[in-house]
Amino acid sequence: MKIVVTLDVNGEPRQALADGRDTLLQLVRDQLGLTGTKEGCSNGNCGACTVLLDGEPVCACLVLAAEAQGAHVTTIEGVAVGNALHPVQAALIKFGGTQCGFCTPGVVLSAVALLDRVAVPSDADIRYAIAGNICRCTGYGKIVEAIQAVATSRQEASR
Amino acid sequence: MQETVKKLTPEPEYKIIGTRPQRPDGVDKVTGRARFGADHNLPGQLTGLVLRSPHPHANIRSIDVSAAMALPGVKAIVTRDDFKDQGSEFVPAGEMLINYRDVVRNVMARERALYEGHAVAAVAALSPSIAKAALKLIKVDYEILPHVLDVDEAMAPGAPILHPGMITAGMDPAPKRESNVAKRVEFALGDVAKGFAAADVIVERHFETKSVHQGYIEPHACLATVAEDGQADIWVSTQGHWIVRAHCARLLGMDISKIRVTATEIGGGFGGKTVVYLEPLALALSRKAGKPVKMTMSRDEVFRATGPTSGAKMRIKIGATKDGRIVACDGELKYLAGAFQGSPVAPGCMCAFAPYDVDHVKIVGYDVVSNRPKVAAYRAPGGPISGYAVESVIDELASKLKLDPIAFRLKNAARQGTKAAYGPKFGPVGLVESLQAAQSHDHWKAPLKVNQGRGIAAGFWFNIGGETTVSIALNEDGTLVLMAGTPDIGGLRASLCMMAAEELGIGMDAIRVTIADTQSLGYNFLTGGSRSTFSSGMGVVEASRSIVKQVCERAAKLWELPTDAIEYVDGSVRPAGANAGKHPPMTLKQVAAMAGKTGGPIVGSSSINAHGAAPSFGVHLCDVEVDPETGRTTIIRYTVIQDAGRAIHPAYVEGQYQGGAVQGIGWALNEEYVYGTDGKLQNAGFLDYRIPVASDLPMIDTVIVEVPNPAHPYGVRGIGETPIVPPMGAIANAITHATGLRFQSLPMSPPKVLAAIDAARAVGDVNFKLKVA
Repeated sequence: MKIVVTLDVNGEPRQALADGRDTLLQLVRDQLGLTGTKEGCSNGNCGACTVLLDGEPVCACLVLAAEAQGAHVTTIEGVAVGNALHPVQAALIKFGGTQCGFCTPGVVLSAVALLDRVAVPSDADIRYAIAGNICRCTGYGKIVEAIQAVATSRQEASR
Repeated sequence: MQETVKKLTPEPEYKIIGTRPQRPDGVDKVTGRARFGADHNLPGQLTGLVLRSPHPHANIRSIDVSAAMALPGVKAIVTRDDFKDQGSEFVPAGEMLINYRDVVRNVMARERALYEGHAVAAVAALSPSIAKAALKLIKVDYEILPHVLDVDEAMAPGAPILHPGMITAGMDPAPKRESNVAKRVEFALGDVAKGFAAADVIVERHFETKSVHQGYIEPHACLATVAEDGQADIWVSTQGHWIVRAHCARLLGMDISKIRVTATEIGGGFGGKTVVYLEPLALALSRKAGKPVKMTMSRDEVFRATGPTSGAKMRIKIGATKDGRIVACDGELKYLAGAFQGSPVAPGCMCAFAPYDVDHVKIVGYDVVSNRPKVAAYRAPGGPISGYAVESVIDELASKLKLDPIAFRLKNAARQGTKAAYGPKFGPVGLVESLQAAQSHDHWKAPLKVNQGRGIAAGFWFNIGGETTVSIALNEDGTLVLMAGTPDIGGLRASLCMMAAEELGIGMDAIRVTIADTQSLGYNFLTGGSRSTFSSGMGVVEASRSIVKQVCERAAKLWELPTDAIEYVDGSVRPAGANAGKHPPMTLKQVAAMAGKTGGPIVGSSSINAHGAAPSFGVHLCDVEVDPETGRTTIIRYTVIQDAGRAIHPAYVEGQYQGGAVQGIGWALNEEYVYGTDGKLQNAGFLDYRIPVASDLPMIDTVIVEVPNPAHPYGVRGIGETPIVPPMGAIANAITHATGLRFQSLPMSPPKVLAAIDAARAVGDVNFKLKVA
């Protein structure tokens, strides 16, 4: 049986017909064509499909499409504002925090959620916040440096 | 502040080489625009799924697809009957070899299913759910055979034989009896008996490592379409699209020119995407169905059916004199190849003792088949396995001789002129310089706390060159299009763009780099063997210099001067020498605008077989803390020091060093394929096959040592693979210095370490030195 799911995706009202067993990941990738959200394991183990569901980072493969009824979803396509990259995106490029780039959308969303929640995250805060995003290329160091740099510059700007 | 790039020779004044510009693929990757294998779609595409053997070893008596084919929505099914058998022929796969007779059997089981997860049939249907239902309707009649998983069991007399009639190659005389040993290899130098006779101390130990997976986060994916006239297109996440083309053409009996392969962005490969799995199936299904077919693997399939690297059993024996000179090395390596021959045991043998200058060396390797997935290349294939064993023995020898482990290695380090047991005499190499950098690094001198230990290990990878084509076209407005054919897995587009900009004396912004499809450029061997920055870089330099030459010729024509009276400086041509000042300089843009009038489009190209790849040596320092209550090892501090020849883009070299080290940390501490006695893999997912996450790790520090490779215009050595060679040795040695106990089996996971701690405490082992709070 198909369900009509009405939700807000990246600030736009969207509607999609979902099967009862479809995941939010299938909805955004296959129905809305937002392929920036990646499928790495479908088990919630790798974090490549991380999106923000009402501001909270979740693995889209572990959320049923039907559960997203009425929710606000942010995918990687909704992070940059117009042509302006989010500072996290710009920093990941600048610091070499993206190599193959497959985990990057998930990392960006986890980092954005962290910085929304914690003004001045420690190294440990950052590493914990992205612990659910497996990256096999970078060894994480340059990702952590990038997120740290965003937090630092934001702190300096607020002085 | 520690120096992070050590320049050991004076170098020319580069404007761009050695700087850290932003990568051209960066914005696409942080915004989700980058399109990977599974992000490509075509209208009307079908979903392809694979039926896999539930048995580790079985004869396939028959396959009945009639019920599945009758299911509405099923458009095509392929089995072994759709692929012509192939004769024995070895072809290169990265630094390893594969045999077409085996490739056709690995993509689709023929006589037998040889491992759990072996493909038996593939279905294309209108939707994933129909395809799934169809798989359940395929009836396969299996005759279950006894299986064998362990290397020693596979080599034992009376073991179940995977390939009837297989006779070990490389033996003289050839054995009369069939076995699971596909091949014996040997590398020798001098006379080991004579060498050991001169030794004051000899250490001989046995080691075991487990199969581990490359663990790329992007599962294999492709989209194939074959038109009615036989012209085919395939978009695939691969390290080598010309290789995909060659394999598919062979397996499907198609002309090479009929298949166009486009390499999508690749979400990690590490060697595992140098071979074909889904690609020939998708093309065969599409050809049968007359529709595009998209196939993606689940994570479970990636673990069960794609290349892990070998598990191994090894014996390593090294002798040294009292004053710390290594006099003989002897080793025996037995590597699991999986279901088909082709483990990386030969490179394992080549790497084992390569860091040391020793007169008497013998190393023998065995390539052993068993009922596991066929191994694929994994970053420095074979090297980390033997390197772990050798570096553990080197450490024990240093302890026995009461020598500083760096001083001991320095005394014996391979250097320019050292003859390696596998043949070559090394040119300029950077092991001594890397060891010296380790010695002077503040990490080496930092104090350790209770239950902490420090380890060091060296590592080596030989690197390769190979067939390469690059093309650079000067556009009408003076910008350039650079096409390369080695998929970008580590920042290649940035490095190539930098080399072209340096050569042409222009900004990187003027050059757009693309990884071309197989229809748009001449042949390219795959990205592997740390060859892409080296080989495609050589091609870029040659193609850029061709552009410069042509631009000078055009200016000469316009100015009616001889070509050698023209010089090219900083992106402009001008009359030189006696003619200097005769005409105002012309920029690349001005020459480009007049290209039509002066002879037509200006295109530089390079088609080469790149020679002169030079080895890269590295040294890793590692501090660990071992928890006596749980056996858990935490990496406290880690430093990678490695010779890059010359770092084109230092940040991306550092990224390779860090990423390789962390893969090695996973291999050392957690990762392993766990099988039940039923021959089935028990941990085919990231929850149970645990790879390192951010919160497990400290910052991985790096030092780039630069001993330029004289064969490359910018001194480049391949650098991507060496970083995974030293970690297991460095961590094992660190754990030994923390605990007083030696671990000769990987992974050094908490249960294993705890059991050793408990055993040491129970018997009152005098070496045991962990303090329990």
